[in-house]
Amino acid sequence: MPPDLTSFPRLAPGCRLNDKSQQPRTLLMPERALRLNGPSLEIVERCDGKHTVQQIITDLQKIYSKAVPQKVESDILGYLALLHEQRALDFT
Amino acid sequence: MTTELSNPLALIAELTHRCPLHCVYCSNPLEMQSRANELSTETWSRVFKEAAQAGVLQADFTGGEPLARTDILELVRAARAAGLYVNLITSGLPMDEAKLAALVEAGLDHVQLSFQGAREEIANEISGARSHEQKLRVLEWLKQHRIAVTLNFVIHRRNIDQLEEMLAIAESSNATRVEFANVQYYGWAFANRENLLPTREQLNHSVEILKRAQERLKGKIRIQFVVPDYYAKYPKPCMGGWGRKLLLITPSGDALPCHAAQVIPGLAFENVRDKSLREIWEHSPAFQKFRGEAWMQEPCKTCDRRDQDFGGCRCQALLLAGDAAATDPVCSLAPLRPKVDAILAGMNSAPRAEIFVKPNWLYRPNPS
Ligand SMILES: C[S@@+](CC[C@H](N)C(=O)[O-])C[C@H]1O[C@@H](n2cnc3c(N)ncnc32)[C@H](O)[C@@H]1O
Ligand code: SF4
Ligand code: SF4
Repeated sequence: MPPDLTSFPRLAPGCRLNDKSQQPRTLLMPERALRLNGPSLEIVERCDGKHTVQQIITDLQKIYSKAVPQKVESDILGYLALLHEQRALDFT
Repeated sequence: MTTELSNPLALIAELTHRCPLHCVYCSNPLEMQSRANELSTETWSRVFKEAAQAGVLQADFTGGEPLARTDILELVRAARAAGLYVNLITSGLPMDEAKLAALVEAGLDHVQLSFQGAREEIANEISGARSHEQKLRVLEWLKQHRIAVTLNFVIHRRNIDQLEEMLAIAESSNATRVEFANVQYYGWAFANRENLLPTREQLNHSVEILKRAQERLKGKIRIQFVVPDYYAKYPKPCMGGWGRKLLLITPSGDALPCHAAQVIPGLAFENVRDKSLREIWEHSPAFQKFRGEAWMQEPCKTCDRRDQDFGGCRCQALLLAGDAAATDPVCSLAPLRPKVDAILAGMNSAPRAEIFVKPNWLYRPNPS
């Protein structure tokens, strides 16, 4: 199920981004870690419980203004659903 | 054969061997380090930095009981400052509400709380102390924090019939993961093996219960089940392969490729007081010894599964075959498998009344 556009995604307990000073940027989780770059990092950085899904989409459509907006949106929805499935995200 | 050496992923930090409990299956070595030999706060802090630089992502604080260290908050802060994901593996004994809050505040990412059983009676028998009620209290306190929680139940003959109750404890908590870890037979567990091995019926029944629970709790709680490898067809990929992913530091600073490596005679361990973590990872003879495949004997040497299980556990090979380079004797292809089968056959054919009587346990003592 795609996430609700008005909900606020937030990293689940025990999941966090490593520090800005560390390379590569990595999403740390209880059982594993995911390397992030480009759009995936832009998305996860905004999963702070303060951005709605819609705001994240709007932000990234601005950053990646050369990409087809619908494609940006569907990629983000897909990625959020994936992180949710891996229990890295809550929606409030 | 992989010639390129990868980075270690996790640092297992055995902060102390001191512990208020005396678990009869404790994986700690029979010879434990005293407080006087423990690494200082400063040395651990340096080790965390070196670990992060070497590519380590996660520090597992364990022991003994890591909370027995009076500098535990400083250690959590130091590991977090180094950039590590900090996991506390604890019996929950020297915990209170304020300490938990302080640990979370210091940056603790994850708590793994270990249980000895589902009920007071068995938990206290196994741990040689009153401990169960306190664990249930810790579970309640954990609900007040945004922190990841895993429950760990070590499974054996005397508690394997309590799985449903253990699941109920997990469901009433905020844990998202539960490990049902059958006892691995080294350390004190090897000494108590005769009384810990489950029967075949017990094992089959437990597999059924856990399969059903996995279905039922899908999406809520992830259930991990470590089968007792004496009953398995193939060995476990011990430590994800010797010197491939994990690095363990003992309370006194020795760097080991696995918990039990000290049982293997002739291995020389480096100490983090003398060398950097990267140097140790790359050059320690103990890490080199069973890296890759060059050390393997038949049948492992030419077996298709050798890059999946790496020939099993070196310490188990030593304990059961007397040769750390032998194929892990629990493997069905190992020349020594009949020895394991004989142990199982003896136990499974013994009169039930004998098998389920309360044993004369050998308890793990507490070092000074
Ligand atoms: C040695 S303990 C140290 C940390 C702490 N005292 C505790 O018990 O959680 C580390 C973990 O290993 C588990 N464990 C201990 N002995 C074991 C064995 N022989 N086989 C499998 N797991 C074991 C414990 O339940 C715990 O989760
Ligand atoms: S005796 Fe029990 S509580 Fe203490 S370190 Fe060993 S397994 Fe953990
Ligand atoms: S023979 Fe060796 S490599 Fe093959 S399954 Fe057995 S332990 Fe693993």
